[in-house]
Amino acid sequence: MSNEAIHVPTMADFAARGETPEILFWVGCAGSFDDRAKKITKAIVRILSHVGIKFAVLGVEESCSGDPAKRAGNEFLFQMQAMNNITVLNNYSIKKIVTGCPHCFNTLKNEYPELGGQYEVVHHTQLVQELIDTGKLRVKGGAFLGKKITFHDPCYLGRANDEYEAPRSVIQNLDVELAEMKRSKQNGLCCGAGGAQMFKEAEKGDKEVNVERTAEALELKPDIIATGCPFCMTMMTDGVKHFNKEEKTKVIDVAELIAAAIDL
Amino acid sequence: MEYIINIIFIVLLISGLLLFTKNVVQIRRNILLGKPVNRTDNQTQRWKTMFRVAMGQSKMVTRPLPGILHLFVYIGFVVINIEVIEIIIDGVCGTHRVFSVLGSLYTFLIATFEILAALVFLGCVIFFTRRNVVKIKRFLSNDLNGWPRSDANYILVAEIALMAAFLFMNAADFRLQQVHFSHYDLGLSSSAFPISSLLASLYGDASIPFLVMAERSTWWFHILGILVFMNYLPYSKHFHVILAFPNVFYSNLKVKGEFTNLAVVTNEVKAMLDPTFVPPVVEGLTRFGAKDVQDLSWKQLMDAYSCTECGRCTSACPANITGKKLSPRKIMMDTRDRLEEVGSNMTKNGGKFIDDGKSLFGDYISGEEIWACTSCNACVQECPVNIDPLSIIIDLRRFQVMEQSAAPTELNMMMTNMENNGAPWQFAQSDRLNWVNEN
Repeated sequence: MSNEAIHVPTMADFAARGETPEILFWVGCAGSFDDRAKKITKAIVRILSHVGIKFAVLGVEESCSGDPAKRAGNEFLFQMQAMNNITVLNNYSIKKIVTGCPHCFNTLKNEYPELGGQYEVVHHTQLVQELIDTGKLRVKGGAFLGKKITFHDPCYLGRANDEYEAPRSVIQNLDVELAEMKRSKQNGLCCGAGGAQMFKEAEKGDKEVNVERTAEALELKPDIIATGCPFCMTMMTDGVKHFNKEEKTKVIDVAELIAAAIDL
Repeated sequence: MEYIINIIFIVLLISGLLLFTKNVVQIRRNILLGKPVNRTDNQTQRWKTMFRVAMGQSKMVTRPLPGILHLFVYIGFVVINIEVIEIIIDGVCGTHRVFSVLGSLYTFLIATFEILAALVFLGCVIFFTRRNVVKIKRFLSNDLNGWPRSDANYILVAEIALMAAFLFMNAADFRLQQVHFSHYDLGLSSSAFPISSLLASLYGDASIPFLVMAERSTWWFHILGILVFMNYLPYSKHFHVILAFPNVFYSNLKVKGEFTNLAVVTNEVKAMLDPTFVPPVVEGLTRFGAKDVQDLSWKQLMDAYSCTECGRCTSACPANITGKKLSPRKIMMDTRDRLEEVGSNMTKNGGKFIDDGKSLFGDYISGEEIWACTSCNACVQECPVNIDPLSIIIDLRRFQVMEQSAAPTELNMMMTNMENNGAPWQFAQSDRLNWVNEN
């Protein structure tokens, strides 16, 4: 992927010019701070810039969506986060949001409306699919022609929001062999990070959830395990390392696949 | 004296129905101990879901073998119960096969019942084998130790016995008809008895009095068996045959990722952020999240009574698969057990619950269980009757975090970070855009 400087306008920049962007890119905490996830963030920015959508980020005005607090049972902290975010979003009259993380996506889309934040929220795989379907983004196999890819469903995109097709349909544009794991779509197995597990050690058991899941993915001997979530990314990457397969199998976000395929 | 037998029948029938009603009323009272939640909106969607998931068994057949066998037992249960209407009329009036006046329709009905009875018999024998001989993880689980495992076997044995009695009753009847004996001679075609005509040879060259006795005793066994079985339901996981339908009807229609926003918290947070906001006065003590069954909603309590302990939820749970203590099935079983305990406490104390120093969290469900959940919704997805174990886990977590400050240490650190710097990690909010200029 190119290392060319990217241009990332903020909402404050737009507001200063008296303009509004078409869409807000909600980067999320992982996308802002996690080294691996930052690459996904940049891939999303490159795609948005490439198609010429007027987009902006909140930058330093963004704060955690509150998802991990809510799943951990801290409704106070969640609602504090949510209402503060809603104030910022509403001040900028945000209409449409794309997220780089299914957890932010789920929370903003489903749990903010009742608290006063009503936006059209899409996950980045849904936006990419829409861009491809409307002809704004043309994707060819290129770098990935003939590769074997399996998609790991993030729970908060799949079961939580019934979106199984967008990421798959995007991947299929790459002229690759899309292989399904035994447990996929509605029956997909969690990577082990959800419900705030990302931030704690697992309880006592026989093995880690990510090891169980990665083993299942590696049974297919894929070239690539595709994901759509920064937490799944961490868990699956660690899982592949656990089996010493990082030479053979890469873990790549759907946005990165697309950005690489169109040589951004 | 000739009506004595009919009187005995009527007394037994009415006692059976009264006892059953009493137990159902008690279960209803227990369910209504739960907190209010609105599940009567969107009726059209609710009926559709009920027809698809409960009546249509759409989530059962995702596992084809048990799904199809269960379909036999389910259809058998519903259809063969039409026969019970005739049995009751015959029992009350002293008639024999009162519906036989329907002629060829009756022949068709009895033949259908027989085929279904044979399928139910087969299904239950295979289910019994799956539970006791084949090593299937979800049936071997410690969740089922003791009563639950026996309960499952009693149900299967009872159903096998009831179906056998029904078929052997028809077989004896068939033989008596063939010899044109007394009122048994209704001139029914042998095609009414596709299965029992095959079984009839097992009676060998039994005498007519023996055949009459066999027919009468299997008839009584069948109807008394049904009355006893019906009264067993309220004590058993088998109560799902009734609650599956309302439970699906009242199930959550929203996407699974959407968790409830606690309204009491919303008011407090609004008051914190906006000093002019006056929160509405809430009557009585409010508790954040759930410690005991009374803190859950009536729907969560109905879920507990609707659970038939099949364990599909647990077999799909990532925590359980990897050897953690959490089992969503156990969450539901514990909720029901505790609710039953609270219920009998109330019954004993004239309708009032006297604190017994116990609670759902702590005495039944442990922290180790609820903190192992990844909130992935696999259990909710799996449940054939739309039970939501995840919502109970989250309510228990809410109580632990907001009332007890008892979250695992690492989660407390995560939440402190979020409060201080708006991210679950210790990165400053002012650094949120640094990624733009990094390589």
